[in-house]
Amino acid sequence: MDPIKLRYAKTHEWASVEGNICTVGLTKFAVDLLTDVIYIDMPDVGDPALKGDSFGEIESVKAVSDIYAPVEGEIIEINDKLVLDPATISKDPYGKGWLVKIKMAGKPNLDHLMNHAAYEKQIASESH
Amino acid sequence: MALETALHSWHSSNGARMVDFGGWDMPVQYTTIVDEHTAVRNDSGIFDIGHMGRLKIHGPDATSFLQMICTNNSANLKPGQVRYNLVCNEKGTILDDILVYQHGSDFLLVVNASNRLKIVSWLLSNVRSLNVQIEDQTLSTSMIAVQGPNAIALAKQLISDDPSKLGYYFSVDSKTMNVPSLISRTGYTGEDGIEIILPKGEEIKVWEKLVAMGCKPCGLGCRDTLRLEAGMPLYGHEIDENTNPLEAGLGWAVKLDKGEFIGREALVKEKNTPSGRVRVGLELPGKRIPRELYPVTQNGAALGKVTSGTFSPTFNKPIAMAYVPANLSAVGTDLDIDIRGKFEPCKVVSLPFYKRKTT
Repeated sequence: MDPIKLRYAKTHEWASVEGNICTVGLTKFAVDLLTDVIYIDMPDVGDPALKGDSFGEIESVKAVSDIYAPVEGEIIEINDKLVLDPATISKDPYGKGWLVKIKMAGKPNLDHLMNHAAYEKQIASESH
Repeated sequence: MALETALHSWHSSNGARMVDFGGWDMPVQYTTIVDEHTAVRNDSGIFDIGHMGRLKIHGPDATSFLQMICTNNSANLKPGQVRYNLVCNEKGTILDDILVYQHGSDFLLVVNASNRLKIVSWLLSNVRSLNVQIEDQTLSTSMIAVQGPNAIALAKQLISDDPSKLGYYFSVDSKTMNVPSLISRTGYTGEDGIEIILPKGEEIKVWEKLVAMGCKPCGLGCRDTLRLEAGMPLYGHEIDENTNPLEAGLGWAVKLDKGEFIGREALVKEKNTPSGRVRVGLELPGKRIPRELYPVTQNGAALGKVTSGTFSPTFNKPIAMAYVPANLSAVGTDLDIDIRGKFEPCKVVSLPFYKRKTT
């Protein structure tokens, strides 16, 4: 995925839509802050995704963080590779480190999410 | 405004992520906690511990003063000897855990950064009629820890007295790269190593030299995972003003028979009628990590709380320390930890989790 073309939630998830399927991951900024990712708790396929609600958690040596659904819909696929090798999310957050695919309810729309420039601005203010 | 050690700008310009710790802006990590942790277990790491409080106790009554202030014995320290000690209040709960260095006719106390000002005022308010002076040398000196199986071999190349000849928990006035410094065979990682106290401004050349020799810069993140594996308490977590040394498993540092000291009466009572809770080590088979304050449970009923927890980089599994009722503290006891609403099984194991092989 090209980070420039992705959409972003305040809580550091990225989203990318193809048709009505939204792929969700965590940004490099977020995984760099976590470092030493030990475990990712994933939802089950078929679980509902409620916009803004936690659907999983990511555990690092230092801390645990919730992962929030950026869109509404149903979890149709989870990245099994991350369960076995959580470090993948640190190595390739926008590629092999994707988390889940959500089949979006209603008309696919990401307008409530930030574009790349707006997200960059947010993390610049958070790093200070 | 957070305090800064003399190495602060080195940390910032070498990629450290900084956090506030006990009022000091300190490096938590340069690379990753696991990477730095592994370096200390297998090779050597260097820590800026300039934030630790360094208090000099002078005067003809220094020994009797310390005997009154602390729970452990300071009267029988050999020249240069260093001893773990506790400062308790009248209730017998812990104000700080410290190291006492016997240093010529004086003593040096190394206290926790977060407790320094509290301890200084506690000491001053307990001087009474004793002829003793307290000098806070924290801001005029620096302190560096070099830890790991290769730490001594590296450090000895810079130090005029061979630190490998120094007994464990002994110190010597020596020179490091020709700078007068106090070297002690001490640490907070469970590894062999030394800690160096030297005049402020002289630390940077020693630090940079050791880094150039292959000693890995390490932050407070791995200092915490290392001490946790070594089963060492951290003030504000395992011990605080609501904890007494006996339930904390630190009874070995309380000498009830050494004479009067602050908290003795309460600790004698505690010994005769214990609080009923004790500090234990817990190990989990899963991957989810218990964190501070998570409830320890059995059959859904809360019995105690986690004081520190992490993923052990050495053993590759989650570990924690917690307080549990004494009757459920036996090694092998099956308990659960409520990890954000889900009960994860755990087992009581003996502390420390990690003990280095002694050669």
